[in-house]
Amino acid sequence: MTLVREGDVKELVLTEEVTRTQLVQYSGASGDYNPLHSDERYATEVAGFPSVFAHGMLTMGMTGRVITDWFGPEAVLSYGARFVAQVWPGDRLVATATVTGVRDDGVAELSISTANQAGDVVLAATATVKTG
Amino acid sequence: MAVERFPIEAGHIMCFARAIGDANPAYYGAMTGAADVPAPPTFVTASAQFDPDYPLRPQIGEPWFGSGREASGRPQPASTGGGGGGTGLHAEQHYTYHRPLRAGDVLHATTRPGERWEKQGRRGGTLVFSEIITEYHDASGELVVTARTVGVKTEKVPG
Repeated sequence: MTLVREGDVKELVLTEEVTRTQLVQYSGASGDYNPLHSDERYATEVAGFPSVFAHGMLTMGMTGRVITDWFGPEAVLSYGARFVAQVWPGDRLVATATVTGVRDDGVAELSISTANQAGDVVLAATATVKTG
Repeated sequence: MAVERFPIEAGHIMCFARAIGDANPAYYGAMTGAADVPAPPTFVTASAQFDPDYPLRPQIGEPWFGSGREASGRPQPASTGGGGGGTGLHAEQHYTYHRPLRAGDVLHATTRPGERWEKQGRRGGTLVFSEIITEYHDASGELVVTARTVGVKTEKVPG
């Protein structure tokens, strides 16, 4: 159990550099083989994007680490995210989690945001975790 | 999505943890022999692997919409997941964990539509949001995870 107070903050570098191979790894592990995330030719020529880009769920999965490194995987009661902007190969991602409240029953509420190297938020999330 | 059997396997958890860049030793029990391997919070998304009709996985013997000899082998499927359908995008994903999920659990998932609402888009047109609720139960019927997927589609684009 991890005791925290409102206002406590943790920052975590999720990756120094998103790679195309990581997108392929995530496609294979998750089962989401949408070629937008792994097939440069399809993503550029057919879909009209500058390159492949990360699955939103990959960014959400990576961001989950800031919760589970802090409180452990089994403490998580809820986790929800809004996909704000695309994540591209080459991006550096940093997640910041802030304790926004601790209930009487020891459940802590977190607000989490993940930003890229430009400081733009790519994912906005909330979570609740058991702390006591 | 209907998933009748989604076995939570330690090796699958290990591969998923690698893919999300998570070196937490708890996820590597398949290699270390440790028991009680927890699943990362977003792991149930990998239930797609156990959905026989999942549209974002090539079906054996059928044309695929990714590139081969051409930039695309066929038109994109009507639903690309994420609850949006068509040109829909995955806007939000929410999970509620009723108990920790671990290797050894065997889940089945049932899916139903949730709320639907509209919002005016900034560039004109109407954004249509729709939810899909997926409930993951274990072999004894206990509810383990509830997932709420929000998809968004643009409709009625002017001109």
